[in-house]
Amino acid sequence: MKTLKVVHYINQFFGKLGGEEMASIPPRFEDGPVGIGELITSSSHGEFEVVRTIICGDNYAAENLEEFKKVILPWIEEAGPDLVIAGPAFAAGRYGTACGILCQEVEKTLGIPSVTAMHPVNPGVDLAKKDIFILETGDSARQIARVVPQMVSFARKLVNQEKIGLPGEEGYIPRGIRINVRDQRRGSKRAVDMLIDKLQGKNFETELPMPVFDRVPPAEAISDLYEAVIAIGTEGGIVPEGNPDRIEAHNASKWCRYSISDLSRLEKGKYEVAHGGYDPVPANDDPNRVLPLDAARVCEKEKQFARLYGYYPVTVGNVTAVRSAEKYGKEIGEMLKKDGVQGVILTST
Amino acid sequence: MGLPAVLITAVPPIALTVGANRIIRGIAIPHPVGAPQEEPEEEFRIRKGLVEKALKALCTSISEQTVFD
Repeated sequence: MKTLKVVHYINQFFGKLGGEEMASIPPRFEDGPVGIGELITSSSHGEFEVVRTIICGDNYAAENLEEFKKVILPWIEEAGPDLVIAGPAFAAGRYGTACGILCQEVEKTLGIPSVTAMHPVNPGVDLAKKDIFILETGDSARQIARVVPQMVSFARKLVNQEKIGLPGEEGYIPRGIRINVRDQRRGSKRAVDMLIDKLQGKNFETELPMPVFDRVPPAEAISDLYEAVIAIGTEGGIVPEGNPDRIEAHNASKWCRYSISDLSRLEKGKYEVAHGGYDPVPANDDPNRVLPLDAARVCEKEKQFARLYGYYPVTVGNVTAVRSAEKYGKEIGEMLKKDGVQGVILTST
Repeated sequence: MGLPAVLITAVPPIALTVGANRIIRGIAIPHPVGAPQEEPEEEFRIRKGLVEKALKALCTSISEQTVFD
């Protein structure tokens, strides 16, 4: 049996260098296994040999990710491993980030298979899950004796280029990759079976899990509307004629802002719908039906509030990735806050 | 601390799912603040009513997601 060479990455704690007080130490390596590295050898029945262990402080790694990669990669290359194992990191965020980034870089730059393991909420998961296999763990390092053997048997498949099954079968965190599979039962039959199971209170497994959305606590109310600057905005894709910034009709890559300081309403023909997900006829006929500038202007004239903000932010919310939407929302919020806006009226289509 | 935002949407359940905090039910998906079937004066009155409702929502303290009906 050929022995497979493994490089193992661990943090200062698992590297037995110390706890939080040692979290700032830069990377170092030792040849051979350290600590739980022994478990890799033993649970593989000698098939895996940890030839090098790389240890780095959690703070150092998470705060200097570029430097971290630059220093460690040559050490890995020099050891010439068949496989890189990082962690497991459980719910430790900085450690998980380091493991995820390292595995990603190892696969991309060195083309060496890698595996790590962590809890689904670890920020390392979102950073790297698309590119690497992250086995799912609980949040506590107490499970380490169970997790390491799982990593070993999964890694063996990976190195031997065996077929890797679906996330649920193999125990890794879904990577957001869709693959075509042929099922014995057609879609309508599967859907009805699922519904019947659900109605009978039996277990069923959805084929399309819904994303989980972040929650933010409600912002404080405006205390004095008469003194407030109010902004209006929309994800309905109302743009100046000809869509000058080319906001995409689907999955918009940007948001824009356009001046409305001289306008009392959005005139037909001068503004139009760039959104590809709803019937544009009513809003092309009167863009105020999506962005209520005319009404907001009258409320301003009636002194219901102090002033309407001079621009409106806009994007297209049509199959737009939740992550992009979050980013645009954050950027728009920062701009409005910086410009002294106290409240925002948004419309969605 | 952030600033209050109110979402006018024809589909409040989606707004609730994605985590909007202040929500107002709009008229229809292609025209959340429009009513093309009405006479222009009436349509404007409806739109202004929605904007005023939104302003009121911005001035209302809430501790959880709220649909202002």
